[in-house]
Amino acid sequence: MNVEVPLRLKLVGVSKSFPGVRANDNVNLSVKPGEIHALLGENGAGKSTLVKMIYGILAPDEGEIVFDGSPVRISNPRAARRLGIGMVFQHFSLFEAMTVLENIALGLDSRLSSRELLAEFNRVLEAYQLKLDPRRVVSTLSVGERQRIEIVRALLLKPQLLIMDEPTSVLTPQEVEQLFETLRKLAASGCSILYISHKLHEIVALCDTATILRGGKVVAHCDPKRETSRSMAEMMIGANLKEIAKPMSRGFGPPKLSAQGLTMPKPSEFGVALKDVALNVRAGEIFGVAGVAGNGQNELMSAMSGETTAPTPEAITLADRQVGRLGVTERRTLGLCAVPEERNGHAAVGEFSLTDNGALTGRDRMEMVRFGLIDPGKATNYAAEVIGAYSVKATGPGALAGSLSGGNLQKFIMGREILQQPEALVVCQPTWGVDAGAAAAIHQAIVDLAARGSAVMIISQDLDELLTLCDTLAVINLGRLSAPMKVGEVSIEEIGLLMGGVHGDPAATVEMTEALHAHPA
Amino acid sequence: MRIRLEKRLTPSRFMQIATPIASVLLTMALGAIIFQLLGFDGPRAIFETFITPIAASYKWQDVATKAAPLIIIALGLSLGNQAKIWNIGAEGQYIIGALAGAGVAFALPDAQGFWVIPLMIAAGIVGGMAWAAIPAFLKTRYRVSEVLSTLMLVYVALQVLNYLVSGPWKDPKGHNFPQTPPFTQAQLLPHAIAGTAIPPGLVVGILLTLVFWVLTTRSVYGFSVRTVGAAPNAARYGGFDASRTVWSTLMISGGMAGLAGILEASSQLGQINLGFPSGYGFTAIIVSFLGRLHPVGVFLAALILAVTYVGGQVAQTVVHVPNATAGIFQAMMLFFILASDILVRYRVRILRDVPRPAPAEAVA
Repeated sequence: MNVEVPLRLKLVGVSKSFPGVRANDNVNLSVKPGEIHALLGENGAGKSTLVKMIYGILAPDEGEIVFDGSPVRISNPRAARRLGIGMVFQHFSLFEAMTVLENIALGLDSRLSSRELLAEFNRVLEAYQLKLDPRRVVSTLSVGERQRIEIVRALLLKPQLLIMDEPTSVLTPQEVEQLFETLRKLAASGCSILYISHKLHEIVALCDTATILRGGKVVAHCDPKRETSRSMAEMMIGANLKEIAKPMSRGFGPPKLSAQGLTMPKPSEFGVALKDVALNVRAGEIFGVAGVAGNGQNELMSAMSGETTAPTPEAITLADRQVGRLGVTERRTLGLCAVPEERNGHAAVGEFSLTDNGALTGRDRMEMVRFGLIDPGKATNYAAEVIGAYSVKATGPGALAGSLSGGNLQKFIMGREILQQPEALVVCQPTWGVDAGAAAAIHQAIVDLAARGSAVMIISQDLDELLTLCDTLAVINLGRLSAPMKVGEVSIEEIGLLMGGVHGDPAATVEMTEALHAHPA
Repeated sequence: MRIRLEKRLTPSRFMQIATPIASVLLTMALGAIIFQLLGFDGPRAIFETFITPIAASYKWQDVATKAAPLIIIALGLSLGNQAKIWNIGAEGQYIIGALAGAGVAFALPDAQGFWVIPLMIAAGIVGGMAWAAIPAFLKTRYRVSEVLSTLMLVYVALQVLNYLVSGPWKDPKGHNFPQTPPFTQAQLLPHAIAGTAIPPGLVVGILLTLVFWVLTTRSVYGFSVRTVGAAPNAARYGGFDASRTVWSTLMISGGMAGLAGILEASSQLGQINLGFPSGYGFTAIIVSFLGRLHPVGVFLAALILAVTYVGGQVAQTVVHVPNATAGIFQAMMLFFILASDILVRYRVRILRDVPRPAPAEAVA
């Protein structure tokens, strides 16, 4: 082989600053042709900024990008695609009401006749042995299939470099394996892949080399096959990883939070209806709800927290009280606290101070209100207490929630609920987009809360997280909750099959088809 | 050289106060230039409009008279605006409030006693609320934009006024003018301080400013309104009901406009005629934004807008500028305050050009 083969991509001293933060600082990176190269780092380490510069969305302040041996300036994504750089984003840009092929046609730079496009489409499917029906309407597809559309869209351009941004966060374990097969084939054909993730075992399984970013700087280049998940995690956070201290073989108290026959209509056209959900969380128990995004997690969260009330009082019970018809404030007063998935704009108000965000949910349980007026001193003290107890990095209770990093805001939100000493806590995606250090702190706080006798329910798409924390696990699929399973007695394959139930379960497929006919696009 | 806007980590408190002041100053400067170009004595027009009402003590009562309804209406509007519920129809609620109060007066022509005035005022508040209840119902039930429904109801209210003063309520002794009979002595509000012309509305306005100050900054209700405006999902999560907020803010702003209407009718005019709608309901929108939705800011902004009303008339007689002068200044102020809002959340950076590598096409 010719040693003179140029690198596919080389970054030399690339830097980029935003107000108040140096997102990338003198980054050097080399990707060989046909290499699967992992870009690893915590949230906020600068991974997204770096690939946005490669894909022409951002312009570097300093440094040089060399592609196939020639220095280039990539002024926009179209220029990147012309060079042969494709990207699959974490969040898809697809029109739900249109077919697969229509969506692909809309994303192309060049105009092709539909017959030419279909021929190209089939060529790509065949070359990579992907399965995708070009005539299906996107809203009927699973998340894994939707991602495949984005991948096909990128592959149609015959890329020399494909950037994948956190591609597996929405996939079932089986779908992840399929994706990896495709990526390995792609690499074998000479296309380089820049793979962004923080899931270390995936990187060990897939990638040839890894570049680790921390605080915008490259801290290490390594061969994932020679590292352990733990050693790479420690390079990522720059410190030793703390084990979660979870008391084993605990006994559980009486049931504290239950749902029986909980059935809720769709909240909106693209929402999911809950069907006959039953669950039971005992005092001291951590109950996990696994599932692929968009299978009713948010709806279950709203139903438990009281943001939407159930049709009957007995649908939800807290300790011995039927709370199904009660609203958020009443349930909270009785001891049912909740943390929804979205931090900014749902669990917290970005443009409010931490003091105000503390009062948002803590005002009644922490006795801040007298005669309809909020006591500003008590509200400030409570925010300060949360900041102190959970090591939230903030300038003080007056800091705006929106000025905190994701992990710090999440620590504040979790702390705000836990310090209210809830009887039961329902949390959705507690560590989504949170750095490893903050995630460990949040996990420990959840375990400690359960150890003090509260019932904790975690709704998460992160299976690793659920398997680490939970005592009991159920899977939600199309608004139905599976029977509870004991963690440790259930295999990851079984959970994966339950998560992907749409494809395996004929009854569910029939139901989905019916639901679609009820809603003509 | 390039100019770039950068988002501030926290909104600038300095700019929050500086931009309304700058808006007024810019309005004065630009106004002087425009009127000069139009062939008037520009600086003099500005002086008469903005300075004379403040400098000449005999104009102060006029300013207070104009400021009172602006304060009352704008306090109500600011509450709704904090929840991002936009009541553009305060003018209609002001008219209906005055008509409702007058209706009570005409239904009890011979009534005497201290209770007549409170009854009229209560009717005025209820009238304004009722008019605002229509958009509240339409929004919560059918998701009709309150911006459209409140504004359209202004024109309905004008027709109601037109019909009543030229039909059923026309003064039989009024030489066929479209006006109601005058209120009786028992139906007229006295001046706030005997012997002066300080309007009772000003006293009400000052008291309400204090009430709204506590309400918006300290109360759970004010907090709920701000939360609904800032993040509706967070409000639901915090236990605040969005529909209830739509209803309550529209009821409060409608009631306040109705209150201003009946106070104006029963203290300044003593009757209702076709000239009753004077645009306070629309000007109060400007007051609300110029005052940054804060009760104290609203109070000060109402005084400034009242100055332009009074000064506009002075400038008309002295410099012979047209009738629309005050309206032009008010519109310019609103324009500047809305445009300068970006400076509160963004900072302007002037960058020197950095030499850049050649574009991809040329090299690759």
